[in-house]
Amino acid sequence: MRRLQPYLLFGAAIVLPLIFSNGGFVNFLADAGAFVLLALGLNIVVGFAGLLDLGYAAFFAIGSYTFAMLASPQFGIHIPFWVMLFLASGVAAVFGILLGAPTLRLRGDYLAIVTLGFGEIVPQTFLNLSQWTGGPNGIGSLDQPAIFGYRFGFQALPYYYLILGLIGVAVLAANNLRASRLGRAWMAIREDELAAAHAGINTTVTKLSAFAIGASFSGLAGCAYASKLQLVSPDQFGFNVSVAVLSMLVLGGMGNIPGVIVGSLVISSLDRFILPQLTNFMHGFGVAIDLTNSRFLIYGVILVLTMLFRPEGLIPSRQRRSELHAAGDAALAEQTLYTEAVP
Amino acid sequence: MALRPGSGQALLQLEDVTQRFGGLVAVDKLDFSIDAGSIVAMIGPNGAGKSTVFNLITGIYAPSTGRIIFDGRTISGRKTSDIAAGGIARTFQNIRLFAFMSTLDNVMTGEHARMRAGVLDSLLHTPAQRAEERRVRERAFELLRFVKLEHVAEQYASNLAYGMQRRLEIARALASDPKLLLLDEPAAGMNAKEKGDLIDLIRRIRDLGVTIFLIEHDMRLVKEISERITVLDHGEKIAEGLPGVVCDDPKVIEAYLGAPA
Repeated sequence: MRRLQPYLLFGAAIVLPLIFSNGGFVNFLADAGAFVLLALGLNIVVGFAGLLDLGYAAFFAIGSYTFAMLASPQFGIHIPFWVMLFLASGVAAVFGILLGAPTLRLRGDYLAIVTLGFGEIVPQTFLNLSQWTGGPNGIGSLDQPAIFGYRFGFQALPYYYLILGLIGVAVLAANNLRASRLGRAWMAIREDELAAAHAGINTTVTKLSAFAIGASFSGLAGCAYASKLQLVSPDQFGFNVSVAVLSMLVLGGMGNIPGVIVGSLVISSLDRFILPQLTNFMHGFGVAIDLTNSRFLIYGVILVLTMLFRPEGLIPSRQRRSELHAAGDAALAEQTLYTEAVP
Repeated sequence: MALRPGSGQALLQLEDVTQRFGGLVAVDKLDFSIDAGSIVAMIGPNGAGKSTVFNLITGIYAPSTGRIIFDGRTISGRKTSDIAAGGIARTFQNIRLFAFMSTLDNVMTGEHARMRAGVLDSLLHTPAQRAEERRVRERAFELLRFVKLEHVAEQYASNLAYGMQRRLEIARALASDPKLLLLDEPAAGMNAKEKGDLIDLIRRIRDLGVTIFLIEHDMRLVKEISERITVLDHGEKIAEGLPGVVCDDPKVIEAYLGAPA
């Protein structure tokens, strides 16, 4: 039953927009899906490898712009979407390595500050290279994906299924990586870098692989998101995007794949549904506060509350939850067992 | 030379090794060697430079001058992970486990350097990767049985009792199949019963063919287990030899207790 759960949820995600086929809702689902992809990618860097990256939106930008420049009238280059998926995630991965390399000796706060800088530099660069990127206007009329002659068009539904498929691939990839030599090496570095090196783990290569693979996920997300929106512009990739994705991880449960997905869905629906609804509701009572403008205040409060009351996130891994509860008595019992039973 | 135990072949050799930190000389022209198959202890007062010697051997520091030769190859100046993969494993004075990983995963991580799976194998779980994971898991369980921790394989390392964490660190170190095992104060914080078990464990490890080099303050344990002792004071080797002889050496007594008035 446990093993079936992910497949049942995936099935539910397939039929969901067929039941609630309201255009706005499907559009929301597709956008939320892109953020799930981003969160799954950042989870590899922050959740698995423990490298606090505050500029993750940079890779989202790089993925999106790669697609925009190579599949639009901008340069008259029209590489097919499905090729671009690989290309954009590859380009994002390369930049993951380029931006990761100078940070290898940094940890914690220092790493966070440098990645924050990268997160600002990348959209600024796209803004200022206007001869290639269209500057503040960005690049528009991007190519639409097509499959077997079917063009995706302007409805959100095909993009939703595209993104859902990518999420499926990303979940499988993240799950496989977690239970592998590389995944253990990431977690070992997260727990204790020095001890990891003493276990024969090349920390340089292992950290760079986390940056690269994490970035490649956002390349996929960037490609899908840009093609859906048909437009990229520098203001889509600000610091707020990096913070939103990080909030998704913290809220959902860092390092745990189902937690990360739930966290990103909660933050997305807060952003797109709950806050606008609450604002309307309060306007009805004559309270003229626009909550959507204070979303970052609200994210901040959520982060603080999560850290205070549920530091392991909404859905921590099953193992960790049971451990956190049984920790005290187990250690005690083992202690007695050890002193008595071991010859 | 005839007094040297073991096979008589030096597995590890320090040649004139000096380590300076700014103006401080932590290790001063240190010369010594460890024979393959032996159990050797290094003792000395606090701050004598013992842990620095370990850090030099495992590549955390590159010596200011001098050479470290392991198994016929110069290792000084090489990366810690390469030295570890080359057959030197260690435990730490303050236990350094992967706290939020299971006991089993801690040991499996120790096998990292002996595994072949690359990024694509890890991503796709190829048949070769699966077979390797199975092999590595079985071997990790074997090691957990060896240190009597198989019953807590699924627990987080952070949830283990202190003595068990010490043994888990040893199991993780053994997972890399080392030729030389460095133990940094393995008996610290242990009661008499646990120390007895530790002595037994160290002997069993040596019987696997692993050479053991330990730093320890507990002199009863050191005398009982080690075949040779090196004494360090202010970064210098002040005595070396058989346990019984070294411990009665006036210079050693002076280093520990101060010069007679």
